[in-house]
Amino acid sequence: MSQPVTLRGVRDAVRSGARAAVDVCREALSRLEALDAGLHAFNTVTAERALARAAEIDRDRAAWRDAPLVGVPVALKDNLCTRGVRTTASSRILDSFVPPYDATVVARLEAAGAVVIGKTNCDEFAMGSSTENSAFGPSRNPWARDRTPGGSSGGSAVAVAAGITPLALGSDTGGSIRQPAALCGIVGLKPTYGRVSRYGLLAFASSLDQVGPLTRTVDDAALTLSVLAGADPADATSAPEPVGDYVAALTGDLRGARIGVPSRMLDDGVDAEVARAFKSALDMFSGRGAVLVDVDLPHAKYATPVYYLVATAEASSNLARYDGVRYGYRAGPGEDGPAKAGQGPATAGPYVRDVRAEEDLRTMYSRTRERGFGAEVKRRIMLGTYVLSAGYYDAYYLKAQQVRTLILRDYDRAFERVDVVVMPTSPTPAFKIGERVTDPLQMYLGDVFTVSANLAGLPALSLPCGFTADRLPIGLQLTGRQFDEATVLRIADGYERETEWWKQEPEI
Amino acid sequence: MPGQFSSAQVEAIAALAHLELEASEVELFARQLGDILAYADQVQQIDTAGVPPTAHVVTRHSGDRPDEVVPSLDLHDALANAPDAAMGAGLFKVPRVIG
Repeated sequence: MSQPVTLRGVRDAVRSGARAAVDVCREALSRLEALDAGLHAFNTVTAERALARAAEIDRDRAAWRDAPLVGVPVALKDNLCTRGVRTTASSRILDSFVPPYDATVVARLEAAGAVVIGKTNCDEFAMGSSTENSAFGPSRNPWARDRTPGGSSGGSAVAVAAGITPLALGSDTGGSIRQPAALCGIVGLKPTYGRVSRYGLLAFASSLDQVGPLTRTVDDAALTLSVLAGADPADATSAPEPVGDYVAALTGDLRGARIGVPSRMLDDGVDAEVARAFKSALDMFSGRGAVLVDVDLPHAKYATPVYYLVATAEASSNLARYDGVRYGYRAGPGEDGPAKAGQGPATAGPYVRDVRAEEDLRTMYSRTRERGFGAEVKRRIMLGTYVLSAGYYDAYYLKAQQVRTLILRDYDRAFERVDVVVMPTSPTPAFKIGERVTDPLQMYLGDVFTVSANLAGLPALSLPCGFTADRLPIGLQLTGRQFDEATVLRIADGYERETEWWKQEPEI
Repeated sequence: MPGQFSSAQVEAIAALAHLELEASEVELFARQLGDILAYADQVQQIDTAGVPPTAHVVTRHSGDRPDEVVPSLDLHDALANAPDAAMGAGLFKVPRVIG
């Protein structure tokens, strides 16, 4: 079996001069070219820019010698702003939006020597778990093309799993990095809330969103986090906590690691093959000297309903900005468009209220949003608007925020006794395209193991822990204490060193 | 209310959200929002008396910064994505709202 191409491998080859950044870039672009018609991982390819940038690095190799990601091709989820490069969030409402600035994570990657080759497909505004809610059509799982890669960062997961780039960035509001990583057989890390700047990430739910890496190895995730992490003056929620040396944390030592298993949560609804792989992972941990501790997260089972109340409320507010005025699509005044303004009462002088014209403006807003947003985004805006509306705020939004506190307290209590909590990342392996998309509630239920880390703001990582009989990847999730990515990465790396799952590649 | 939404209720929410739904969507959302809220209703079973709400998990802010003028977005760049900007005047435009 050939060894997967890792970020570290590429970086070291460019650094040592064994390979030119341009050659690495050209190879990534030609693989993209060959595979993307079948996989649809990318919305936009930035071939010319990427090659120019790689050439720049090659011209001045001495200056880039110590750059941690020098020459590494990277794919960015299409909800991360890139100056001068179309950024759509896979939505019709932004299909020609060209940001005037870079997200902080993009600037940091480029300063570290990474070469952006394109923007990846996702569920519209990151709302979904399958990448089917993209205005540009679904991405396909490289392990089984009739199945989804998961979502919402599905295109990013596909780019890495198919060997197009060794690194992609995603965003994770309720599992959108970890679940597609699990379903595509790669590593995905959602950092602690505040660990990585959200500046330039198109907002979905601001108290839950985090940016993070998708990679082939835990080591590559650690390398990338070292580049991304840290306070950012442009994001007031970014944290001042010092950034650890995440790579140095990877000792491979599992002895004495205290691993929490919320066994009561895992009784129902977990696919038998997933449950078996999870059990084997636990056996491996205890066989290597880790200590398994049963933990109780009594409110974790409410995390999914709480998440869909909190996230939709925040989304309804965040997405109010898409109104056809400052950017994006505006519904035109065609035959069925807004009536002509200024046809109000004849006596209306300058600056007199024109009721009819006001109505026209409102029609422009609502028609723009009706045509610009897809069904899932509208559904969530509707739900969020409802739970924030007078009369229902206390019963839903406030109640959900209170239960969020209880979920946080459950984790606090667990982390008094353990270093990480482990669960399967997803209760099932990759599902078929079309299987859940018509039943939103069914889709939401698949997020049961990932959403609580977002509600509690905790770092969580998914890595490969097995395959089904049909060769579909299965993911293991480790959740850690706030700002303790180092421990999550150390234990995940310890597991990875003892297993070969991460070396498996889809037949392409 | 969960479990059932009337078309009028869905339309009222859509108006608050500035969405002009099509008739087929009104019908679909009436059913789906009812289903989702019926499911979410399980949070009502939890005793939360005296539990403070959590709106976010930020424990420490990066702190204050000096109040200094720094370069900001160029006016032309800020207007470049607007569907109907008045570039010369440096303004976004909306359909006329006053007589």
